Amino acid sequence: MSAISNPVPLFTDENWRLPSRGRVGMLSLIIGESAIFTIFVVAYVYYIGRSTYGPTPQILDIPVFNTICLLSSSLTIILAEHAIKNGRMRAFAAWWAMTMVLGIEFLIGTAIEWRKLIFDEGLSIRTNLFGTTFYSLVGLHATHVVVGMIGLSLVLLFTLFGRVEPRHAERVQVLAMYWHFVDAVWVVVFTVVYIVGR
Amino acid sequence: MADQTFPIPGTLAAPRSRGAAFLEWLHSWVVTVDHKKLGILYVVYALFFLLVAGAEAMAIRIQLAVPHNHFLSPELYNEFFTMHGTTMVFLVGMTFIFGFGNYLVPLMIGARDMAFPRLNAFSFWLTAFGGMLLYFSFIGGFGLYGMGSAPDVGWWAYAPLTAKAFSPGHNTDYWALALIVSGFGTLGAAINTLATAFSMRCRGMTLFRMPLFVWLMVVTSGLTLITITPLTAAQVMLLIDRYLGGHFFDAQAGGSPIVWMHFFWIFGHPEVYVLILPAFGIANEVIPVFSRKAIFGYPAMASASMAIAFVSVTVWAHHMFTVGMTSVSNAFFVLSTMMVGIPTGIKIFNWVATMWGGKIRFATPMLFCTAFLFQFLCAGLTGIMLSVAPWNWQLHNSYFVIAHFHYTLTGSFVFCIFAGIYYWYPKVTGRMLCEKLGKWHFWLFLIGFHITFDTMHFVGILGMPRSIYTYEADRGWNTLNMIISAGGFLQAIAVLIFAWNLVDSYFNGPPAGNDPWDAWTLEWSTPSPPPAYNFAEDPVVRSRRPLWDLKHPQDPDWKYER
Repeated sequence: MSAISNPVPLFTDENWRLPSRGRVGMLSLIIGESAIFTIFVVAYVYYIGRSTYGPTPQILDIPVFNTICLLSSSLTIILAEHAIKNGRMRAFAAWWAMTMVLGIEFLIGTAIEWRKLIFDEGLSIRTNLFGTTFYSLVGLHATHVVVGMIGLSLVLLFTLFGRVEPRHAERVQVLAMYWHFVDAVWVVVFTVVYIVGR
Repeated sequence: MADQTFPIPGTLAAPRSRGAAFLEWLHSWVVTVDHKKLGILYVVYALFFLLVAGAEAMAIRIQLAVPHNHFLSPELYNEFFTMHGTTMVFLVGMTFIFGFGNYLVPLMIGARDMAFPRLNAFSFWLTAFGGMLLYFSFIGGFGLYGMGSAPDVGWWAYAPLTAKAFSPGHNTDYWALALIVSGFGTLGAAINTLATAFSMRCRGMTLFRMPLFVWLMVVTSGLTLITITPLTAAQVMLLIDRYLGGHFFDAQAGGSPIVWMHFFWIFGHPEVYVLILPAFGIANEVIPVFSRKAIFGYPAMASASMAIAFVSVTVWAHHMFTVGMTSVSNAFFVLSTMMVGIPTGIKIFNWVATMWGGKIRFATPMLFCTAFLFQFLCAGLTGIMLSVAPWNWQLHNSYFVIAHFHYTLTGSFVFCIFAGIYYWYPKVTGRMLCEKLGKWHFWLFLIGFHITFDTMHFVGILGMPRSIYTYEADRGWNTLNMIISAGGFLQAIAVLIFAWNLVDSYFNGPPAGNDPWDAWTLEWSTPSPPPAYNFAEDPVVRSRRPLWDLKHPQDPDWKYER
């Protein structure tokens, strides 16, 4: 066969649009992460009440303030997304920073909760089965919050140096998808650990 | 590849020494983000480990050829069958499919590269380092004397054998850590494939005009997202148990080893579909081209693949019938497993219908695909037998099971991979593989395969369990085991012929031209090997067979397709 120089029977479709690769990629990552969380949640639920000794879930306090902070950070990040889409960069920086403050508050709250559990209640990851499942599930979520904070802080740094512009709105939205996922997972973890399991 | 650099004007163009040129060539492969180079790296890596894991299988067969053999010590035997399974699944199977996917998906959909080229390179190197970590176990840690640190708990790594008390040392840690690392690489590759197929298609390439290989890579990648991650999660739990003193799989503290089995097989069963679906994709490309007909029932093929993916995540506990689940669970997993037979049956009938009335050319790729059809049918039939719980109670963990899954993984997956390599090697290297050696490879491998794995069914029915390092002489297994080992060596010779063919044809094979098989998908419209930019002009397609339209302007496909 001779080289086919122009494999194009000319055909133009002005409506040829494809989904954004960032969104598809992030959605795929979220599906994969959901499977990881599913396994840990299933393990937690299956092991509720099966611990043969040691502290029980009754020692847990419901982290109301933490939950309010984390869930409202989803709202502030939506406001940030709207701001950058409309080109209001100062509002974007403010809402983005607010989101980070709420996320950091959540991590501090978790640290205080764990400190109380470890030193006052004597529950560590090796104490009993409840400790193992509790710290690994809540810790897995906290790890995702930390990863999200790293991503968010990079964007904040670039924003403060004036490198983020309205044309980056879509990339910011892709990162925000991850943050929404982290918040949504907290709803599941909260329900399982502090309501069903207690 | 070095000749693709542009000449630099001015004084810099002084001739370089051979060493410097070699370093530059090496550097270009290490830092590459080109999907074609990464695809080649994946496949070469898989071929290397195919030889390594094949050598391990040969050592196992020497040990089992006669009773009371002392070729391998019991400890080394455990390490070898664990490493054989782990390597074949994670370092050979997964890397082959993502190598093929990497190279072919962008070319088939008319794209310049994958959606995330740097993520692509990152994924490959994660996978590569995972494999190196796994094999470092032979020499690292407390290894080397007696090869003491290689994983030895089986590729399923059942608890409580993996607990710190029963597996001291680092054998299990190498297994878990290496697979976590390569698992993240696989996750990245799957994300990349999905984003590429959904967001990078050329004009006119609607979802229902994508080549079926791309469809199968999409289904496989979607399945990978929800399949590899449970294994990663379970391995993190295992490491928490081993290093932080956790109790996930510790029965004394209320944990349950059965939970590990569930988590492992939630990964493990869909995993075999992750491997076999791209192999179907290769058959979907090869069989029509060598039958000179369009694929029969394209929409049915695509939807059957989706159906297999959905059913495959509901069947995992058919690996656990002997554990003692409730009758309701047993019945559920019997029925769900049998359901897999429906979409796979649709596929087999469609392939046969594609060949029916076609003008079949039995070149080497087509030979492998034809054998695949027959062997996959047999594998499916023994699969249906094993899905019946009472039958399974008799034959669980026997060589019958080994024979069944080697029929799927060797007889189907590896045969399709060989077909794919014979089919696309001309595109990748610009040279044809030697047909004569290809025929030798095919017939020797086919005969060796059937001698080995057909016989394994019988020795399994006679009661020989898997994972034993030797057996008593009075069990009536002696002759059969000798036959199995002899067949294994026939396959090894065939693979060596294949390896020689790959190397020799690279230098001495006849030039291939753009389109040696007179095929119809977009990758055959570019030069062989394709330039870094793939397509000089963005292609536009109007049907499922764009090159057919081009070659037959008076009778194009788009007149008939809706």
